[in-house]
Amino acid sequence: MTKALALLFALVLVLAIGSLSIGPANLPFADSIRALLAGGDGPLTLVMREIRLPRMLLAVMIGGTLGLAGAAMQGYLRNPLAEPGLLGVSGCAALGAVLAIQTGLSAAFSLALPLSALAGAVIAVLILLVLTGPRGETLTLILGGIAISAIAGALTSLVLNLSPNPFAANEIIFWMMGSLADRSMLHVWLAMPFMIVGLALLAGVGRGLDALTLGEDAAAAMGFDLRMLRLRIVLGTACVVGAGTAVAGSIGFIGLVVPHLLRGTVGGRPGPLLWVSALGGAAMLLSADIAVRLIAPGRDLKLGVLTALVGAPFFLHLVWRSRRQRA
Amino acid sequence: MWRRALGLFLMIAAPAAAQESPARVVSMNLCTDQMAMLLAAPGQLLSVSSLARDAQSSAMAEQAKAYPINHGLAEEIWLLKPDLVIAGTFTSRASVDMLKRLGVQVLTVPPAYSLADVTDRLRLIGEALGRSATANAVIADFEARLSTLRARTGRRPSAALYYANGYTTGNQTLAGEILLTAGFSNIAGDGGGGRMSLEELAMAQPEALITGQPYPGASRSEEILDHPVVRQIRAAQASRSVTDSDWLCGTPFVLQAIEQLSRLRQDIE
Repeated sequence: MTKALALLFALVLVLAIGSLSIGPANLPFADSIRALLAGGDGPLTLVMREIRLPRMLLAVMIGGTLGLAGAAMQGYLRNPLAEPGLLGVSGCAALGAVLAIQTGLSAAFSLALPLSALAGAVIAVLILLVLTGPRGETLTLILGGIAISAIAGALTSLVLNLSPNPFAANEIIFWMMGSLADRSMLHVWLAMPFMIVGLALLAGVGRGLDALTLGEDAAAAMGFDLRMLRLRIVLGTACVVGAGTAVAGSIGFIGLVVPHLLRGTVGGRPGPLLWVSALGGAAMLLSADIAVRLIAPGRDLKLGVLTALVGAPFFLHLVWRSRRQRA
Repeated sequence: MWRRALGLFLMIAAPAAAQESPARVVSMNLCTDQMAMLLAAPGQLLSVSSLARDAQSSAMAEQAKAYPINHGLAEEIWLLKPDLVIAGTFTSRASVDMLKRLGVQVLTVPPAYSLADVTDRLRLIGEALGRSATANAVIADFEARLSTLRARTGRRPSAALYYANGYTTGNQTLAGEILLTAGFSNIAGDGGGGRMSLEELAMAQPEALITGQPYPGASRSEEILDHPVVRQIRAAQASRSVTDSDWLCGTPFVLQAIEQLSRLRQDIE
């Protein structure tokens, strides 16, 4: 497991440097890194520090927390199909963010944007948990998730279509697919506090999730407070998904694919899976964000397109497998 | 010989027939609205589109209040019993097709892509309204004012047109030509333009940055105009936001945009 962590960490590092060195202005690599670290007056420093650095940081933060949240939800619900994007948590967060922007709340008070997205995410997670109960029955979970996604998507489109601003309606695609283009350090600072709180909440759930694999009664007998565990997962997931979605739109499938791919490296234990999934999520989003810039430079291809192309076949495979297991 | 004489006769007769000017005219596109208001005889124009009253997009929002508005729907336009409907090439195609099926005469006017197109469209609409004389007067005035604006020369400072979503326009567009006429050189170069990334804008460091004015209500698309990179250029260089209504359409009001930009250029020198 330590080896998996070290390898993934190295991968994230390489991809992060790659992300910093790719952009429409073909800058020489050595110069751009020097400008990033040493600064200076030229436009090079501006490009590196205000355009590429925030983009890379957001990819690491959002990808990492999406991987972590996916692993935590799957561990708690004991269901490999759980994932914030698929179950409408990201969609509700996007709705919250859109409401904050369209009501003018976020212009008056910038923290209103992530807070409102967080509120949307909390509502979605709570509805899901109430619907499925602690056992996470697959059919209820997926159907509930579809309903929540549909409602959130419809309301987001409604709000944007009613906006007096001529550009708003075109932004539906951003909120549904996600993008890291043209973000700035402001967005990093906006998301950071919520991500830290979410990380802190989710960091403590590993042993509880491990115990939960033995069943609720066994976990309770071992002294784990299941209500506390549940609260941490609800709030932790909502914090990270809310903050990420508020600045980058809803990016799906990372929380589904990454824990699934890495489960083998930690012997299937949900506790250690949290951390490898966090690194794996960061690596996946960094790769996706590099790919959108290489495939269609200057066109702002949305991240959700790539993550869904990779993730949806995985999802079908998981559905197929769970069907065979039940038969 | 006879055929030639007949041809000659038809050539004389044809314009005369066109001169039978339509009495009930409806315009259903923001740009044709403004040209029709400029050219139509009193009482000839029955209705303009709803956008014509929007001060952000229309240079004649005040004048448009004198006309009933339509929303580009075939039904409401049919009920006005027009002799002529003026629409843009890209105006609600379904409505335009339906009006044509119903036997209404529809003139579709392509958008102006250059300053030369402005006079061309004025002439086209003037002829259709049977108001060629007025159109010629407006065109003569437009060209006279344009040539005085063009006469000023000097160094061409670099400039960028930057809009929501990072869009920019090149020289082969109306906005690009306005920028050139005002004495700037466009960093987007020739061509139509498209998305210009913040990186490219930052590396080009234009001497002037020209943006549109934000629309009411918030949008993420316009957020880019508040990005630290754009703010830095705005702080270090001359920048101005130009009212969209003056150059959204190829009408004589583009001269106001050229004048505004010429003043910006003089500030730089």
